[in-house]
Amino acid sequence: MDYLSKLENKSIYIIREAYYRFKNIALLWSIGKDSTTLLWLCRKAFFGEIPFPVIHIDTGYKFPEIYRFRDHYAKEWGLDLIIGRNEEKITEGMGPDREDKLLCCTELKTNALKKVIEKEGFKALLLGIRRDEHGIRAKERYFSPRDRDFKWNYKDQPAELWDQYNAMAQEDTHFRIHPILHMTEKDIWRYVKKEEIPSSELYFSKEGKRFRSIGCVPCCTPVDSEAQNIDEVIYELEHTHEAERAGRAQDKEDAYVMQKLRALGYM
Amino acid sequence: MTQGTSLYVAITGHVDHGKSTLIGRLFYDTDSLPEEKLEEIRKISLETGEEMQFAFIMDHLEEERGRGITIDTAHTFFSTEKRQYVIIDTPGHKEFLKNMFTGSSHAEAAILIIDALEGVMDQTRRHCHILGLIGIKQLIVVVNKMDLIGYDKEKFDKIVIEITDLLESLSIRQNYNIPISAKEGVNVATKSEEPRWYNGPDVLQALDSFNELEVEEKDLRFPIQDVYELDGKPLAVGRVESGGMKKGQEVSILPSGKRSKILSIEKYPDRNIDFAEIEECVGINLDKSVSRGDLLTPPEESRTLTPGIVKTIRTNIFWIDSNPYNLGEEIIFRSTTQETVGKITKIYKAYDPADAEEVWENAEVIGDSQVAESLIELDKPIVTDSFNEIPEMGRFVLEREGYPVAGGIIL
Ligand SMILES: Nc1nc2c(ncn2[C@@H]2O[C@H](COP(=O)(O)OP(=O)(O)O)[C@@H](O)[C@H]2O)c(=O)[nH]1
Repeated sequence: MDYLSKLENKSIYIIREAYYRFKNIALLWSIGKDSTTLLWLCRKAFFGEIPFPVIHIDTGYKFPEIYRFRDHYAKEWGLDLIIGRNEEKITEGMGPDREDKLLCCTELKTNALKKVIEKEGFKALLLGIRRDEHGIRAKERYFSPRDRDFKWNYKDQPAELWDQYNAMAQEDTHFRIHPILHMTEKDIWRYVKKEEIPSSELYFSKEGKRFRSIGCVPCCTPVDSEAQNIDEVIYELEHTHEAERAGRAQDKEDAYVMQKLRALGYM
Repeated sequence: MTQGTSLYVAITGHVDHGKSTLIGRLFYDTDSLPEEKLEEIRKISLETGEEMQFAFIMDHLEEERGRGITIDTAHTFFSTEKRQYVIIDTPGHKEFLKNMFTGSSHAEAAILIIDALEGVMDQTRRHCHILGLIGIKQLIVVVNKMDLIGYDKEKFDKIVIEITDLLESLSIRQNYNIPISAKEGVNVATKSEEPRWYNGPDVLQALDSFNELEVEEKDLRFPIQDVYELDGKPLAVGRVESGGMKKGQEVSILPSGKRSKILSIEKYPDRNIDFAEIEECVGINLDKSVSRGDLLTPPEESRTLTPGIVKTIRTNIFWIDSNPYNLGEEIIFRSTTQETVGKITKIYKAYDPADAEEVWENAEVIGDSQVAESLIELDKPIVTDSFNEIPEMGRFVLEREGYPVAGGIIL
């Protein structure tokens, strides 16, 4: 079996395991390359029809390209799409410039997501995070319990041996499931190419710039790049030393921001 | 770099023997660190007033930096010309043994690091036992901090003899013994002049010499994971754990022993494929109904390896919960997709691998971090193979109140 197929099968096994154990589950889709890859794998795992909802947390600050992409593929793939927005704060004008960035993320992402989970009563969420993304993510398990406040007790995580995943759902916990944890940024692009998974045009160079990681418009900046297609992106990644999230404001404030966001339940 | 392939390597060893430093060194010397990461490390080294320490590359969390130890299993990636490596850094403290076990259970190869001054210590012994339990086949022993003993060959040889004895008693054979200095970069990513008496490979060459685990062609084992409905018909999904599966093939459904036929093998978007190979996740159409926990094997007359269908199993387990196990207590047994209630009815012997001298025969209790040879009685029969034949079929996890408390292998 080739390398990419191995990665794929590992993910599909985990997705099916999560669905078997929880049923009341949803996929968190940011419309970026990772969560779209995860979505693709879910379609494969369930033979084209994903048997649970797909959540998009909309801060109101996303790129127009992202909204277009979302609506187009939600329709084409017949997704049961839930759009989560913290309307109250959006109306109040919450933004990264009005208050501090961390508060904006907390309100428009974390709290918007909390509301969706509360309303729908989801027991588990599938997330497209990867271990090589950021230091702290290296410590993630495939099945990761969170308490009501979304807190992640990374110091005392249950063991996860072989392919036996811990899935005890306590009253007020939910699980984060990370089926593509083992993929790297390069793996993702190689897989996207092999499977011809659609990806937003924002990832490809326009006037010498492209996005490597896509978040909200005010808080992410493109990197210098001439890569105009997937092959060129892969080539570029093989020859770069820049960190993937270098363009994301939230990671820059200080060395520990990601960790703070994490403890507060940011995905 | 070759397209794709990666090897999962666990780095194990007693605390402070130099795991983080070795990993940092490997990253630094293979030029695998993003500029930002280097900056971050420089910044933190300045803030904490310490010299640039390679160990910081692994220790990402604020609290961890404070404590100066590796708490959890962390994964990081680096590449050589040959392939990509996923390094699983496993904690060396006793309290974090379950994380070490978690990390190693996903490894295809391991590096065991031993401090040249301290030699084999408690955690070295415990880690060796875990490596034995997971059946590691590719192992590099490195004796680190050789700079502190002036690259003394005699001392190196002494440590190698001691560790070889220990590993042999656990049926593990290391492929290499390498004298290194992680701090000075000796024999890590570059073959060094010193020590002159050493002619073997450096750590990176040793890693590159490993192959990804070869899969031997064995009999089919297909545990049913779930049953979906596709086009109005039930479709059983699962992953091929051993052997392969052909469309039209006769199979036996265990534990019941009913015979059935694979009418079709389904994937998406390619429907109806002819063959599924090991590790492949597929859906199958059968002419009999099945449910999760059932297991497909070749029918009796065409088997080369007979699986056990048993309610009593003799096992070797590693207890990783802080609360001990008391003989007769109910627990959940999970192996492949099979799950049943059971209890340990006999503990032939229990011991702390750090101190193999003290062994409790016919024990009543299994304590934290103890290894126990024990008999497990299950409520329902399960299908097994011995761990040596088909590892996936011969290993299991015990759970209590929903949490994994032990991992084990079937003897
Ligand atoms: N002299 C010397 N010191 C080393 C060497 N490798 C590691 N150390 C030091 O040993 C200490 C523990 O190393 P560390 O990598 O944190 O150990 P870990 O707990 O196994 O991760 C640190 O102070 C290192 O600087 C070496 O090769 N030579």
